[in-house]
Amino acid sequence: MTVEASRTTDSGIEVERIYKARDNPTDLEARLGDPGQPPFTRGPYPNMYRERLWTMRQYAGYGSASDTNARFRYLLGQGQTALSVAFDLPTQLGFDSTTTEALPEVGRVGVAIDTADDMTELFRDLPLDQLSVNFTINATAPIILAFYIIAAERQGVDPAQLSGTLQNDILKEFVARKTYIYPPEPSMRLVGDIVEYCTTELPRFNPISITGYHAREAGCNAIQELALTMSSAIAYSTLLTERGLRFDDFAPRLSFHFATTLELFEEVAKLRASRRIWANIARDRFGASNPDSMRLRFFSGCSGSTLTAQQPLNNVVRSTVQCLGAVLGGAQSIHVMGYDEAMAIPSTDAVTLALRTQQIVAHETGVADTVDPFAGSFFVEALTDEVEQRALELVKVIDDSGGAVAAIEAGIPQRWIAENAFRIETAMADGSKVKVGVNAYVSEGDEDELELFEVDEGGRDSQVARLRQHLERRGDSASAALVALAAGSRSDENIMPLLLDAARAGATLGEMSDIFQRAWGTYKEPALW
Amino acid sequence: MNAVRARVLIAKPGLDGHDRGAKIIAFALRDAGCEVIYLGLRSTAAEIISAATSEDVDVIGISLLSGAHLFLTSELIEERDRHSLQRVPIVLGGIIPPRDIEVLLGLGVAAVFPAGTNLPVIVQRVIDLASERRIDAP
Repeated sequence: MTVEASRTTDSGIEVERIYKARDNPTDLEARLGDPGQPPFTRGPYPNMYRERLWTMRQYAGYGSASDTNARFRYLLGQGQTALSVAFDLPTQLGFDSTTTEALPEVGRVGVAIDTADDMTELFRDLPLDQLSVNFTINATAPIILAFYIIAAERQGVDPAQLSGTLQNDILKEFVARKTYIYPPEPSMRLVGDIVEYCTTELPRFNPISITGYHAREAGCNAIQELALTMSSAIAYSTLLTERGLRFDDFAPRLSFHFATTLELFEEVAKLRASRRIWANIARDRFGASNPDSMRLRFFSGCSGSTLTAQQPLNNVVRSTVQCLGAVLGGAQSIHVMGYDEAMAIPSTDAVTLALRTQQIVAHETGVADTVDPFAGSFFVEALTDEVEQRALELVKVIDDSGGAVAAIEAGIPQRWIAENAFRIETAMADGSKVKVGVNAYVSEGDEDELELFEVDEGGRDSQVARLRQHLERRGDSASAALVALAAGSRSDENIMPLLLDAARAGATLGEMSDIFQRAWGTYKEPALW
Repeated sequence: MNAVRARVLIAKPGLDGHDRGAKIIAFALRDAGCEVIYLGLRSTAAEIISAATSEDVDVIGISLLSGAHLFLTSELIEERDRHSLQRVPIVLGGIIPPRDIEVLLGLGVAAVFPAGTNLPVIVQRVIDLASERRIDAP
């Protein structure tokens, strides 16, 4: 490699040999502002981690509700500060555990939740008025929210006290994560119903987490990730204001979710730029008058796609750098990947080490002692401006195509993702992108085999038996509530009270989702070519 | 083989939506000169075998990252054999724990490509399997 060779970031920004004061704009002070003040470039809060560390939130779930309850208690016992629920695919896609489609997948990538009773069991002896809970759920988000509210009520907790986050970002499901069920329009209506309901009934809860993470993990670059996230936020805010909500009433509870990969400086630049872009969009497009409506708060899930099956312990190092990037970018909560996740869902050892990684970064490195330590770096400020400008150009591309929903229907972001993923893979195959242990510094001979996590098939069997017993006990006592839900799905009324009635009467997730599918149909994605 | 392009069906059985790998393989095989039929997400065994028959494919490639690979792959192999398509090899990629690779080969999968397999290796193996099938053809 010669000194003259050009260098670029992952998203193609050329990197200079050296940055100087003249590379920064003359109005840098105004572009930064103070932490906790618009445009929030330096952070959403004035004191950041000096006042409160980020929330350590490892994504967890497998088997039945009692299996996952045990994992939650373990994590809290190890010093985790909040919970994050991983649901199995049948729960995410509206299948009860007893269905043919569900059987091979019950409890595999997350916990199986069929009823409000399962949700109650998931949080047994975990006080919901004191614990913030994140739910990675989208198409079936309103049903899961209803189960959660009922679980809280059964603990004697007023829903108004609940804190946490519902992912509830259906647009990125069509783009990248792919657990959509119903077509875009009724899916967006459900998102609107949830945000509207939570704005009055669950004022401490984040009813949506607008996410670029999955598009990034599926293959797009940092600038595309940021642009897609902002375009989605614009689409949801437009939907909600068109429904008659005031932007300042719901915007303070919008939350965001980004990846943090190994491209350290570009990621920090992206995270800082995201706050500035959103503050400006909130003010200029939606007329925000409350600074809280302009304040972007985010969760970072680091990046699973950067991890390798080869030399898996190297992933500990990769995850540490990613956690550091999220902290330097000002994250409110963080998940660190397990080192074995290129092979299976993480073992207890891998999960514990991921949590310890966060604790070491928090308590042993001093990075949490001052706010936005990269501010004023000639390089990081230049990169922050460049990422911001390029992301805004892509937001305009989406705007010009008719907004996020139209762009998705036309397959525009899907193409960005597929093409960039292929570009990355080709660069790894030809060695132009170095991946240690994969295309460079490869181990000779057999590598040590890790003790991988195995999902106990017993969890599935007990969940199936539990659901059958539930249905037998319940009989047809949920019928009236399900009829009302069917009528509601064909009207404009908010679906949440109807879901709560049905869930209280013992309706299952599959029964409620089937009603939506009968009313609205099922989405089929456009062909690849 | 030289005269006729290899025909490959790429599909994702089960409920798993992680399609980054499946699409990368589809692009790479197309660039390598194959005819690729991409069936997309949530395809059932019956749909995959029906498409394999009507498209007269040489290889079926499936991708699974949800952990349900043992069940879904056996189901697909049974469906293939029931339709007497034994000569169409099935290859599998995704998040596959090392302990399951031998099991899958024992079930009758022609090749397993766990996460981290080099892209050209996958492309070459699929093309080789397609050629073998063409040579074996009566």
